[in-house]
Amino acid sequence: MSINLPRWMDIGLLPLLNILAAFVVSGIIIAMIGENPFTALTVMIKGAFVYKGALGYTLFYTTNFIFTGLAVAVAFHAMLFNIGGEGQAMMGGLGMGLLFLALDPILPPLLLVVLAIPVAAIFGAVWGAIPGYLQAKRGSHIVITTIMFNFIASSIMVWLLAGMLMQEGQMAPETRNFADGIGLPKIYELANGLGIPMAKSPLNLSFLLALLAAFGVWVLIWRTRLGYVIRATGHSEKAAIYAGHSPQKIIVITMAISGALAGMMALNEILGVQGRLILEFTSGFGFTGIAVALMGRNHPVGIIAASLLFGALYQGGAELDFEFKTITREMVLMIQGLIILFSGALVYMFNPMVERLYHRLLSKKAMVS
Amino acid sequence: MTKISSHQAEGGSSLPPAIVLSGISKTFGAVRANDDIALTVTSGHIHGIVGENGAGKSTLVSILYGFYKADHGRIEIDGQTADIRNTADAIALGIGMVHQHFMLVPTFTVLENIILGHEKRKGGKSLDDEMALARQELTALAQQYGLDVDLDAVVNTLSVGLQQRVEILKTLYRGARLLILDEPTGVLTPQETDQLFDILDALRAQGVTVLLITHKLREIMAITDDVSVMRGGKIVAHLVTKDTSPESLAELMVGRKVLINVDFHDAEKGDICLKVDNLTLTAANGAPLLRGISFDLRAGEILGVAGVSGNGQSELLNVLSGITALSGGQITIGGQAITKDSPMPPHAIKTLGVAHVPEDRHAMGMILPFTAAETAVLGYEDQPSLCSGFWFGPDQLEEHCAGLMTAFDIRPASPGLKSNLFSGGNQQKLVLAREMTAAPKILLVGQPTRGVDIGAIEFIYKQLIAMRDQGCAILLVSVELDEILTLSDRVMVMNNGSSMGLVDKAEADPKSIGLMMAGVV
Amino acid sequence: MDALWLQFVLTIDATLRVATPLILCAMAGIFSERSGIIDISLEGKMLMSAFTAATVAALTGQPWLALAAAIVVAVFLSLIHGFACITHRGNQVVSGLAINILASGLTVTLGIAIFAQGGQTPYLSRDSRFQPIDLPFAETIRDLPVFGVIYAEVLSGHNLLVWIALLSVILTAIVVMRTRFGLRLRAVGEKPEAVDSAGISVTVMRYQAVIIAGVLCGIAGAYLSIAHGAGFVREMTAGKGYIALAAMIFGNWRPLQALYACLMFGFLDAVAARIQGVDLPLVGEISTDLILALPYVLTVIFLAGFIGRATPPAAIGTPYVKER
Repeated sequence: MSINLPRWMDIGLLPLLNILAAFVVSGIIIAMIGENPFTALTVMIKGAFVYKGALGYTLFYTTNFIFTGLAVAVAFHAMLFNIGGEGQAMMGGLGMGLLFLALDPILPPLLLVVLAIPVAAIFGAVWGAIPGYLQAKRGSHIVITTIMFNFIASSIMVWLLAGMLMQEGQMAPETRNFADGIGLPKIYELANGLGIPMAKSPLNLSFLLALLAAFGVWVLIWRTRLGYVIRATGHSEKAAIYAGHSPQKIIVITMAISGALAGMMALNEILGVQGRLILEFTSGFGFTGIAVALMGRNHPVGIIAASLLFGALYQGGAELDFEFKTITREMVLMIQGLIILFSGALVYMFNPMVERLYHRLLSKKAMVS
Repeated sequence: MTKISSHQAEGGSSLPPAIVLSGISKTFGAVRANDDIALTVTSGHIHGIVGENGAGKSTLVSILYGFYKADHGRIEIDGQTADIRNTADAIALGIGMVHQHFMLVPTFTVLENIILGHEKRKGGKSLDDEMALARQELTALAQQYGLDVDLDAVVNTLSVGLQQRVEILKTLYRGARLLILDEPTGVLTPQETDQLFDILDALRAQGVTVLLITHKLREIMAITDDVSVMRGGKIVAHLVTKDTSPESLAELMVGRKVLINVDFHDAEKGDICLKVDNLTLTAANGAPLLRGISFDLRAGEILGVAGVSGNGQSELLNVLSGITALSGGQITIGGQAITKDSPMPPHAIKTLGVAHVPEDRHAMGMILPFTAAETAVLGYEDQPSLCSGFWFGPDQLEEHCAGLMTAFDIRPASPGLKSNLFSGGNQQKLVLAREMTAAPKILLVGQPTRGVDIGAIEFIYKQLIAMRDQGCAILLVSVELDEILTLSDRVMVMNNGSSMGLVDKAEADPKSIGLMMAGVV
Repeated sequence: MDALWLQFVLTIDATLRVATPLILCAMAGIFSERSGIIDISLEGKMLMSAFTAATVAALTGQPWLALAAAIVVAVFLSLIHGFACITHRGNQVVSGLAINILASGLTVTLGIAIFAQGGQTPYLSRDSRFQPIDLPFAETIRDLPVFGVIYAEVLSGHNLLVWIALLSVILTAIVVMRTRFGLRLRAVGEKPEAVDSAGISVTVMRYQAVIIAGVLCGIAGAYLSIAHGAGFVREMTAGKGYIALAAMIFGNWRPLQALYACLMFGFLDAVAARIQGVDLPLVGEISTDLILALPYVLTVIFLAGFIGRATPPAAIGTPYVKER
């Protein structure tokens, strides 16, 4: 936070400059490979918002980013860097999958879907709490352990999905389809049912769940005692100990909450689209959650906005892939990487320049008046 | 322990002064750390600079060593104007510095630490070659100055005293003829301090000029030739050591010219609330921090703990509040015994009716990025009056804080303002308000008026006395002697981790207390 | 028995091949992290250089030119990382992740633009790659008991970059532990204040370290596409950068130990492939996937302090600011 600039510049102008820089560099690269960057941008925007069903798809991806972004943000408030969103989401999906595979012959689908929510959260929470515990009690750096846990989770998934959970007689590493009715209602179906015309898309109820989670995180962090203690511990362990709290306990609890949020991302993918458990359903959403949290300044409102941006990027990228022979979805990865670079690692790069310009403008104004 | 070495330096009169500073000023933001400093250090002398924490001593020597550049002023080294832009320049001019916090790589050996950054000095063909050549010179240097240390020992296995020798050896290896020592004895045992003084003697005999920064008066008297006193960023006195005394120095160091009027009358003392029996605390590396402290504290009295900072007062507060576990002895609060085998964490001690205003309000007592309302509940989040159910919202917090702000005249009275934007005095009042309104039986207070303006000081004093009158038992730790004498019913003086004795208000006067503070009994 | 022995030797042979990029990246990581800069972007640097090497080799047919280009690109990415972490004191983990994601996207994007083959480069002819080096008399000695097979399979037949990788370990060990530069490097990572107060620039030292890391990653990437493989395939690093990171940590940031870790992890990889479907005595069939997870599990156990003690450079991850 810069003390020399007005607040609107801090949370509005500077982040915008960072994104702009990322887009300018992307534009240069697009031009280098022989395409018109402005055309590409138009295609992306249309693909994300304008075409039939586009908004639905965009919001579908946004849902994923909201969950993973919230996960990283909650951990950040305790000054913990949770890179393990991918693994935690995988575990959330695994939990759900196990639940369905075991019980879908017996229990009604509605009950199972409702149960899936806490199950996904718990599995994700455990996968987050373990590295948290190792950091709190044994001093193992949480960045490294969460990265390792991502890979371990991936191995476990492969082992199970290509092994005992694999559908009989199939070659692909995935489970059988879950029983009929196991899925989250699609928003377009609900809208159409209410008489509102809406194009088909995988956008489902978990989007509302994500918004609810965002609200819940806001309440937790800024309106509960636990949130207060988490923030206090993040700012100053010394002050937390003085106030009688145990930083170790707080670290584990925070990582559990963080993992739970990441775990819930699986709801959107598995219950919204897949209907079975497959590999790679997390496909990078966990990592992007880090960018979302950073850009959103760890606040749910910012996270929703950043999630929307990345969701639009993702969906727009699909359109790019469709319309341009020379561009594929990987272009989106490239833009994502640049956004993370400018908004995350180089986040204060423009500050000195903007401060100088601002003060020069101020002094000019003073001279004139 | 009271070793007075012969400290008449020869020479110095024919050589130009080692250092001449004129008009040195340095400001950090709103703080004037150094204000128009003029200083002359005679070559070949040991020159002391004394002052309390925050007087500006460290800033001054950091400028000499090239860490900072002065905003204004001139530096002359050995009669030549010197432009010290960075540390390399300082080293090239023959200035060496032993910092308060050692600049040693813990996992390296002594030899590696010494040659770091100067590995080509001997022109060795390889690193190993260089180290062999350096070893020769270092062995000679060590013998010359009595700096015996195992060159192949890994630094983090060495005692603090030996690590300091490495630092000194390092500066000599780099060709220092002017040695700056920043608070060198804060972490040394008395024996190690004596050994250091022997080394300084040997250096002086060889014509090395020494600048000794310290707040310990005994050392000044024992080893220096001249002494300059700093206070509030300025140099307030320049004396020849043998013509002065610890009492005069203490007066110059801590003197606060303004008299604060408080209504202090004798009160009935109640029962013993807090009893400390033979309390000891040992650091992780084995150094004794508290050596068998015993005292008791009664309801309705203020026990002032006097002493120059760094003599165990901070540790005492940490142990009594539960932040640090004690190593031996016993603390009894309201009948509850706390020992090494049955420790109590801060939260539990709080339930016994203990409140704690920490010495370091920035690092411990407050959370600067939090709003005032949030800081006002630090440690008291569980109070039922603050939350309805689980909702812990700004409305209740701000209401609570507004109440505190009115009662303690905290300005600006905006509970939603970030804590770091309040002035030092108002920050302190906020912390005090928080701890005092919890109506504790025992109040532990550390440096209550550090960085606080005059108006707030008076207010804080009045509050403390009011609490005492209402029957609270207060343990007041302060390096400001005036403050102790104004507020205390009894005074306990701490020196080097021990209690030098308890004195009643009637017998407590600056002279006798000052001597106890200086460890001169 | 003979067949089992042969299998074993072939596995060792495969181990060296698999471990080569790990070794180079682990050494790169050591330089960077010993100076105090966390480097998660070994993966991205390796991927980008693999692409660059394959592209240049495809376009010019010159493997040495391709290697040089790969090194230049990796150094460029290192400088970006350095710029963000050292000059702008940015978050080092985020910067590393950004580079990885950027590399994933950029390689395929450029690949399609240049070759229009879905992100991969065309198959590289023999001359545009590094060829296996057959040691003299390999075939004649092959039939000698024990040593013959080892000489013929394990030692002979590797390409130059494998030997360079092993050489890099020796060089890293010497430079980091026994030179002036290495002394300063280690000091910067443990206690930058000590270096600063000795009059040396912490910034310059750190930049030097990340540049060296870039060079080594460049070689690793080139190995993947123009020595071990015959062209670039999307995501061809497949997490090797992270395994190298794990190996570096498991090796406690020491070159020789990291080498052993790389060899062990490489061995696990080679064994995993071979062991699929094989019934081992006592344990039965072991899942390949679980074996592949072992490097990560071992690293976590190591970090938790259950086997030995991890001693990372003390000042790692914190941007150096002069105390005020």
